[in-house]
Amino acid sequence: MSYPADRKYTKEHEWIQVNGNSATVGITDHAQESLGDIVFVEVPKVGAELAAGKTFGTVESVKAVSDLFAPASGTVTDVNAELATAPEKVNKDPHGAWMVKLSLKNLGELDSLLSAADYEKFVAEEAGH
Amino acid sequence: MSSVETTPAVRKTALNAVHRQMGAKMVEFNGWDMPVEYPASLGGGIIAEHMAVRSGAGIFDVSHMGDIRLAGRQALAAVQHISMNDASRLAIGQAQYSALLYPAGTFVDDVIVHRLAPDEYLLVINAGTREKDFNWVRDNTRQFDCAVENLSDVFTQIAIQGPKAVNLLQKLTDADLNTVKFYWVTRGTVCGLSNILMGRTGYTAEDGFEIYIPADEEIGARVWKEVLAAGKEFGVVPCGLGARNTLRLEGKLPLYGHEISDTINVWEAGLDRFCKMEKPEFIGRAALEKAKATGVKRTLVGLEMTVRGIARDGYKVLDAASRQIGYVTSGSTAPFLKKNIALAYVPIEFAAVGTRVKVDIRGQGAGAVVVPTPFYSRKRTT
Repeated sequence: MSYPADRKYTKEHEWIQVNGNSATVGITDHAQESLGDIVFVEVPKVGAELAAGKTFGTVESVKAVSDLFAPASGTVTDVNAELATAPEKVNKDPHGAWMVKLSLKNLGELDSLLSAADYEKFVAEEAGH
Repeated sequence: MSSVETTPAVRKTALNAVHRQMGAKMVEFNGWDMPVEYPASLGGGIIAEHMAVRSGAGIFDVSHMGDIRLAGRQALAAVQHISMNDASRLAIGQAQYSALLYPAGTFVDDVIVHRLAPDEYLLVINAGTREKDFNWVRDNTRQFDCAVENLSDVFTQIAIQGPKAVNLLQKLTDADLNTVKFYWVTRGTVCGLSNILMGRTGYTAEDGFEIYIPADEEIGARVWKEVLAAGKEFGVVPCGLGARNTLRLEGKLPLYGHEISDTINVWEAGLDRFCKMEKPEFIGRAALEKAKATGVKRTLVGLEMTVRGIARDGYKVLDAASRQIGYVTSGSTAPFLKKNIALAYVPIEFAAVGTRVKVDIRGQGAGAVVVPTPFYSRKRTT
């Protein structure tokens, strides 16, 4: 799968799609692929404050549990309720099955994130080790 | 003189190239490079593989398992001395679940003992304990007139598991599998290979067979592909260690280093029915007799989560006041049962079915209840 160029990526394998001051966050195809069958997604409630680089939730697959890291600071404005009953959507459509929407605090934080091309390179390098 | 620390090379089974060609996700398991799951395009993924074994058939490369042959005039006496079950009850062609114990009554490993001929036994042992087990068996059987041979690298072992496994394998062999009962073995031609050992055994809590073919890359690849082709009509799926673990967990089959280890004894593990105290002597017997008289303090129980969350291996089990009372040995979501389950050691006063406990899931005390085990058992027809 190729990584959509309409968003940015973290080295912890989240994506963030920005639209003005708001943003949508999910995990990458590489992340779902490494986790395997996802059975549980836990994210904070609407109104929660996220800090860039800090954990804000967890994704559990059959074999592992993995933290979610906030790509940017902001307030949660919406959560994808569908994932509570159908977490496998993350496996099927990782770049569509978003987890939270944020109202961003500091757009400057986005500058340090990876482009799609850089993220793809990063993943390939990680696999090489 | 100086000694250099070297990391032992990761070992590969004869089917390694096949797994990689099929796009399996590979992991290191007990020093072996093994498939954890196959791609969804082949019907894989841990949940799909698990369900295939419960409903149709799945095949596993289990060549990392070890094999020890004991043969000679005193082979039975040797097996009786080093294992806790009663091998004198085995007819030729029969197998039994057993364990090798330390003098303390704790586990060297759990094993399947097969009686292949009047004075010939085959022990199938775990991958992570191959060398330890072989040395243990050799060192503790020196007084017997019995040859001990490590056949671990001789076989490619393929497990064909599931309610349709018998139908699948029957298409590939001349042996009449319907006459082979659960925990019995037979020999026959399989995929053109003569005199192949087939045991109606497995580690999935399902019916199935384990076949022992020569450890050769070409032969292994050919048989693997022929099994998959023959199994198409039964929905066969190649399965990795991920599904193997969830399948055995639903069936409460112990895993070395988790439910059994060198610090856990037979009574604690609840394996009493495989330990024959009426045998006058075996390694570990004296300590077990003493342990029984003293009383068992902790025991293995099944837990089902009553709230969202998965109890993982090593998580703490807490009482109502959030004090640690035990720990989880294995935990996962159970794909067939669609529940989150775990096995855990707890003090016996917390072992009654219905007892409410908590599991420390990353700092949160998540509710769980003691449930009957095994979590899953198939309808037995064999």
